[in-house]
Amino acid sequence: MTDQAVAPEVGRRRLRKEDARLITGQTNWTDNIQVAGLLHLAVLRSPMAHARITRVDVSPALERPGVIAAFSGADLAEGLGSLPCAWPVTEDIVLPEHPPIAVDEVRYAGDPVAVVVARDRYAAADALEAIEVDYDPLPPVLDLETALAPDAPLVHAGKGTNRCYTWPLSTGESFEAVRDRAEVILKRRYHQQRLIPNAMEPRAVVVTPLAASGEYTVYSATQIPHILRIMLAGVTGIPEHKLRVIAPDVGGGFGSKLQVYGEEALALTVARRLGRPVKWTESRSEGALATHHGRGMIQDVEIAATREGRLLGLKVDLLADMGAYLMLVTPGIPILGAFMYPAIYKMDAYEFHCTGVFTTRTPTDAYRGAGRPEATFAIERIMDELAGELGLDPVELRRRNWIRHEEFPYTTIAGLTYDSGDYEAATDKALALFGYDDLRAEQRERAKRGDPVRLGIGVSTYTEMCGLAPSRVLRDLRYSAGGWEAASIRMLPTGKVEVVTGTSPHGQGHETCWSQIAADVLGVPFEDVEVVHGDTRAAPQGMDTYGSRSLAVGGEAVHRAARTVVEKARKVAAHLLEASEQDLEFSGGVFSVKGSPEARKTIQEIAFETFTNHDLPDGVEPTINAEHVVDPENFSYPHGTHLCAVEVDTETGHTRIRSYVCVDDVGRAVNPMIVEGQVHGGLAQGIAQALYEEAVYDDDGNLVTGTLADYLVPSAADLPDFVTDRTETPAASNALGAKGVGEAGTIASTPAVVNAVVDALRPLGVHDVRMPCTPERVWRAVKEASA
Amino acid sequence: MTRISVNVDGTTYEDDVEPRLLLAHYLRDRLGLTGTPIGCDTSNCGTCTVDLDGVTVKSCSVLAVQADGCAVTTVQGLARDGEWTALQRAFHEQHGLQCGYCTPGMIMAARDLLRENPHPGPDEVRQALEGNLCRCTGYQNIVRAVLAASGQHDTSGHQVGEEVPA
Ligand code: FES
Ligand code: FES
Repeated sequence: MTDQAVAPEVGRRRLRKEDARLITGQTNWTDNIQVAGLLHLAVLRSPMAHARITRVDVSPALERPGVIAAFSGADLAEGLGSLPCAWPVTEDIVLPEHPPIAVDEVRYAGDPVAVVVARDRYAAADALEAIEVDYDPLPPVLDLETALAPDAPLVHAGKGTNRCYTWPLSTGESFEAVRDRAEVILKRRYHQQRLIPNAMEPRAVVVTPLAASGEYTVYSATQIPHILRIMLAGVTGIPEHKLRVIAPDVGGGFGSKLQVYGEEALALTVARRLGRPVKWTESRSEGALATHHGRGMIQDVEIAATREGRLLGLKVDLLADMGAYLMLVTPGIPILGAFMYPAIYKMDAYEFHCTGVFTTRTPTDAYRGAGRPEATFAIERIMDELAGELGLDPVELRRRNWIRHEEFPYTTIAGLTYDSGDYEAATDKALALFGYDDLRAEQRERAKRGDPVRLGIGVSTYTEMCGLAPSRVLRDLRYSAGGWEAASIRMLPTGKVEVVTGTSPHGQGHETCWSQIAADVLGVPFEDVEVVHGDTRAAPQGMDTYGSRSLAVGGEAVHRAARTVVEKARKVAAHLLEASEQDLEFSGGVFSVKGSPEARKTIQEIAFETFTNHDLPDGVEPTINAEHVVDPENFSYPHGTHLCAVEVDTETGHTRIRSYVCVDDVGRAVNPMIVEGQVHGGLAQGIAQALYEEAVYDDDGNLVTGTLADYLVPSAADLPDFVTDRTETPAASNALGAKGVGEAGTIASTPAVVNAVVDALRPLGVHDVRMPCTPERVWRAVKEASA
Repeated sequence: MTRISVNVDGTTYEDDVEPRLLLAHYLRDRLGLTGTPIGCDTSNCGTCTVDLDGVTVKSCSVLAVQADGCAVTTVQGLARDGEWTALQRAFHEQHGLQCGYCTPGMIMAARDLLRENPHPGPDEVRQALEGNLCRCTGYQNIVRAVLAASGQHDTSGHQVGEEVPA
């Protein structure tokens, strides 16, 4: 950029524009929408994990007061297509039909079997009880390993197998070759328990039909209004141009709203049949069953190294639980992770093999980090085990293997080119903030005096890939769409600015950050910028928000569009000021003629003059609006070092986080306050996986942690204060230098915490504790080790 | 149907309601006061927290008929003439919210704490907010906001806010 605004907004701790409506309760949650004649949809769900449906009779529900209609799966099947899977990762992947509502077989507890529509939500919920359904139970499929046995019961009988796909990657030398010359080989199995995302806002959808024109507006608590629109057109057969999707205020997503859900298609179908507006809002316990889950993997990991601790090779064998159906990107989640197991380390051989497995459980899909937290966990855990085996400090082992600052850009063994980073700088800063040496001394001292409360120190030096994604890479990975992002800037006649973004925020503060970016480039006040998003009419082009892509791709599009506005305005200014373009300076939103500063026009004045078009020469289009679609040339690679100290009571098994320090490098921070907030939130979710959360099923395949009373989402009382800091190596893949931050905390913290727990107990002979490290699991691990 | 009379955020409403109608749904669906969101069906998340005659309650666990003759304050009734309360300002200034879905409940619960204990320590704030879940912020900035609203230094050592009744 040649012309830079005077007082930069970018880099400033700007308080958020979004807050005003949220802290006063003037919000636009989907469930708030009330329109004349609104009907409430309720969904009857399978109480069994796996069964044949032999009879559904909805007629008794019609007798209930307030009920307008009721439909079985069969009633709705006509004209309703399969829910989409946009990521068929291999050519021979098994892609079962996924009806939005079950017709003849249910495949997980929570699978929809019938719906009712009533005048209010109580009447709708009541009427569900009247629907009669007969089930013929089938055996559930719950265990990932036995599901692959030849005689295993099948989730999709017609497919002949529970194996969804196998996906191998092998680079560098063969693992067998390095195994031969390795001095140390370790093999470990890690379990990535299933997690329930639990965004605080339940999912909701409202469909309002305009019968005369056959148009529908779909309000949805979604992260992906643009993708949803295309997909709903495909599922329902309603042409895309007759569908408008609006994501109003959305109360968190974490991947769980990166989805095309059956209920969205059902609400649309029912609204179409009845010609009336329809609303569905999930209850929390319904959401636990029917909103996709995250993680759910078994990782067999093998690492080969020399006695000095030089890594030679890594081998990963993965079983990934797809659940009962493939949702939007289900099969792709482990594949995203595949590239991240080698992390920041140099090695000679890497082998990865993933098997996707169908089970009769809620489908899995993206959850904060999506594949990358799982990969980071495995490598960072086994690095600690290797350090223990070699008698090396875990930080020292990492130092001996990581990519050094002067080696960037560096192409990893997995084939990714890391553009920038400085692992040493982040690590040294984190160690100093943490007081690493003092804590190690205290740890030794406690162990020496046999303190039943042990101190453990865990480290995790992570990297991730964000800025999803170069379209050609997505093509190579068989993802069905591109990875571009769009932005346009509308200069309004009065000088105010509308930034239209294709990203769709749900708590990340885009309105503030995008305003900062545009205000800087255009040289207009922050307050003069409004950000338009989440409405396929008002912001027609976009790929939406997930995978920490918004800033590095969408923010970059805003940046480029703003620069084009300046260049278009420069042409008009040159004409109005009767100067040549080269003689114009642009600073602080003002064009002035070099050498005669009194000859000036603000960009906001130019917006007005292009609007009136009273004094533009022929052939000059009267607009300075601009639009950009950015397709990133590379991913971005945030990284950092997280350190956690825990106190583990060996007598009760209780773990307390004593301190948590992280230094993250997210490239250039547009708004450091928001960066810090995102890190905090990510840490909470990552720590929750380490210590608290798990979706537990019983032997029949029923979810037994289906409410917030049984599923432990940590509260303020469960989490510590975090110390966060940053280093900054700008991303090379975008002009902003931004890398992305939404998932960093989650990715890094889970292994840091579990490493700390195991570190506390290693002197007692404990080498692993399965997540979540509940007091009972810790206590048992101690007992078993000493037995 | 039962006739109730409730004063919500300064306005009195007379309504016939079903005895089983939850206060949260009454506020949202009947009165259109959608500033009080619902996050769970087990009284665990706290997003629906309101003040009922000076007592802080989860409005999803109270029946509308129980509010008969009472005064209810929701987050929508806090600001006076467009002036935010100290807590609202502090949530804004300390970045105590991201998606904001938990925020009304957090503000109402924090208001209750500061009424009882105008100068809580960080641990007391954490304990007091135990019944309010947030999935976005990791709580740290929420705790900071409450300390700031109480006129205390926040945990990072910044002097923030001023002492104003919450
Ligand atoms: S909605 Fe009331 S506590 Fe969750
Ligand atoms: S800010 Fe999103 S739940 Fe608290």
